[in-house]
Amino acid sequence: MTPPRTLFDKVWGAHVVYQAPHAPAILYIDLHLVHEVTSPQAFAMLRARGLTVRRPDRTVATMDHSTPTTSLDLQAADPQARMQLQTLAHNARHFGVRLYGLGHPQRGIVHVLGPELGLTQPGMTIVCGDSHTSTHGAFGALAFGIGTTQVGHVLATQTLLMRKPKTMRVTFSGRLRPGVTAKDMILALIARIGTHGGRGHVLEYAGEAVRSLDMAGRMTLANMSIEAGARAGMIAPDDTTFQYLAGREFAPQGPAWEQALARWRALPTDPGAVFDREVHLDVGDLEPMITYGTTPGMAVPITGRVPDPDRVPEPAQRRLLHKALRYMGLRPGQALLGQRVDWVFVGSCTNGRLEDLRQAARVLRGRKVAPHVRMVVVPGSETVRRQAEAEGLDRVFRRAGAEWRYAGCSLCIAMNGDRVPAGHYAVSTSNRNFEGRQGPGARTFLASPLTAAASAVEGRLADPRRFLA
Amino acid sequence: MQPFTRVTTPIVPLPREDVNTDDIIPARYLKGTDKRGLAQGLFARWRYRDDGTPDPTFPLNDPRYAGARILLTGANFGSGSSREHAVWALTEWGFRAVLAPSFADIFYNNAVQNGLLPARLAPDAVAALFAWVEAHPGAAVTVDLVDRQVRLPTGEVYAFDLDPFARERLLEGADDLDYLLRHLPQVEAYERRWGK
Ligand code: SF4
Repeated sequence: MTPPRTLFDKVWGAHVVYQAPHAPAILYIDLHLVHEVTSPQAFAMLRARGLTVRRPDRTVATMDHSTPTTSLDLQAADPQARMQLQTLAHNARHFGVRLYGLGHPQRGIVHVLGPELGLTQPGMTIVCGDSHTSTHGAFGALAFGIGTTQVGHVLATQTLLMRKPKTMRVTFSGRLRPGVTAKDMILALIARIGTHGGRGHVLEYAGEAVRSLDMAGRMTLANMSIEAGARAGMIAPDDTTFQYLAGREFAPQGPAWEQALARWRALPTDPGAVFDREVHLDVGDLEPMITYGTTPGMAVPITGRVPDPDRVPEPAQRRLLHKALRYMGLRPGQALLGQRVDWVFVGSCTNGRLEDLRQAARVLRGRKVAPHVRMVVVPGSETVRRQAEAEGLDRVFRRAGAEWRYAGCSLCIAMNGDRVPAGHYAVSTSNRNFEGRQGPGARTFLASPLTAAASAVEGRLADPRRFLA
Repeated sequence: MQPFTRVTTPIVPLPREDVNTDDIIPARYLKGTDKRGLAQGLFARWRYRDDGTPDPTFPLNDPRYAGARILLTGANFGSGSSREHAVWALTEWGFRAVLAPSFADIFYNNAVQNGLLPARLAPDAVAALFAWVEAHPGAAVTVDLVDRQVRLPTGEVYAFDLDPFARERLLEGADDLDYLLRHLPQVEAYERRWGK
């Protein structure tokens, strides 16, 4: 009898091509996603060494980070960004890689696109030159970000070298109360274990509260695994996963679907399997969460207060918090509720899916964004944009006074021309509140789409539960 | 890639924890298509003042550390984005080694791929080094990969930790790609066996 294994062990074990004693494993990669920012130097390396893309059929490219969101015209991009986008188009043509380029009706943020097209499937290994590749782990895939040199390795060999990470199970028990979402769960986890609490580990999210999330919520959870420092985050596939995938363009069809289902049903962690670490969180009393600082771990319930650095015993942490509060312009002990807000961003690979937009629209329907607030809604993909428009969500946003854009990363990383001005406060549904992330000097509060929309209406940080009566 | 055996240079202290890759190089510097020119963006938000002039209080602008090729910093260095541009910016600036209590996983791997030594030291060794640099700014220290040691001219020695496979790559200046390409027959066999 084989000993009980974790979901991670099963996926890892099925992808080790070869491992020399004491060396890292050569790991086979089933799906390689590519975007414009982290790929040009990798393609250049292939050319310089006279190599080709070994499996173009397992390689898919999209444009998302530096694409304009006010137009689908390449001319709307600044000259450097345009050059980068053209370089990807050229590389995709030259090496025979399928590209969802600017103007393609299915183009989207790489981590929204893969699942939406059914490219992302349980049991796969998936990589991309992008740290939020962890998103795809929501399907029970082993998915993680790599650097550009490794992008080159995967292009050339469909493999990479890797040491086996450790495992950590995060069990979320209890039931979420209304107004509390997957985003709040993951912010609470990072606040608890810290931004390097998961370092060297692959997380598995388990428990009742995870099982009852839809795929959009599960992707939000897995997306931010990297913000806890983890290599990846995984969720066992179940009927919710299979229903999501059934009929998608690149999902298996017909008899192949039945075979795939049989394989996928064997993936979940066996009873009795042992993890290197276990963390347990009860979400029954969880409130909507908000960050107050410059790391995603600096988060408290929306009804909470900014902590006092002088009460932090550890000197390095104390310095970090002092610096964060100075950057954010917040006072120790001040309440978060009521803090002024100038910008609201709904979008990104964390919360830019149709379900996220529906949540924001639920709060905004029949209401107005406060006059001093600029709210920007950026769908995660062009498919999401069309679906949202078919449901009339775009009209809800526009009527409320928000801007409705084309798909892309936009204000999550502020490299496409969209940016929050210095000193302004933004509530953002994205994943990073680092200094300058949304523009030099921009001050970011990370929150769920519900909290973001509620804050847009009040023009101040607001508790979304008051809007859901 | 330049092989790494040992370097002897001053240390630049960057006493911060959780320095992320957005800090190392902000996203607006990522729009290029090659690896050149990135040193310009290295620590840009801290190195320059709002008007674009160098901030004299930032260690990289401090003449006492001119010519330093070793960076000393806090825990969890290189967290956040996977951008290898962070490593390219550091190496283009001239850094050969980063000393810290811990590194984020992707950054660590990116560093090794580019001949930049990510040396993990015990937290109290890092604290001692910070104190030492403050007392001896600009003094040259030796980072020795052969013996896995940081040696101070005053005689103190601190051991550091590194994955043995990564150490070999760095010592040889070798590339993982050659290793992977040599194993392509195994990859083909794997694909046949699993029908991929
Ligand atoms: S939306 Fe943000 S986090 Fe996601 S891929 Fe784009 S830049 Fe990265």
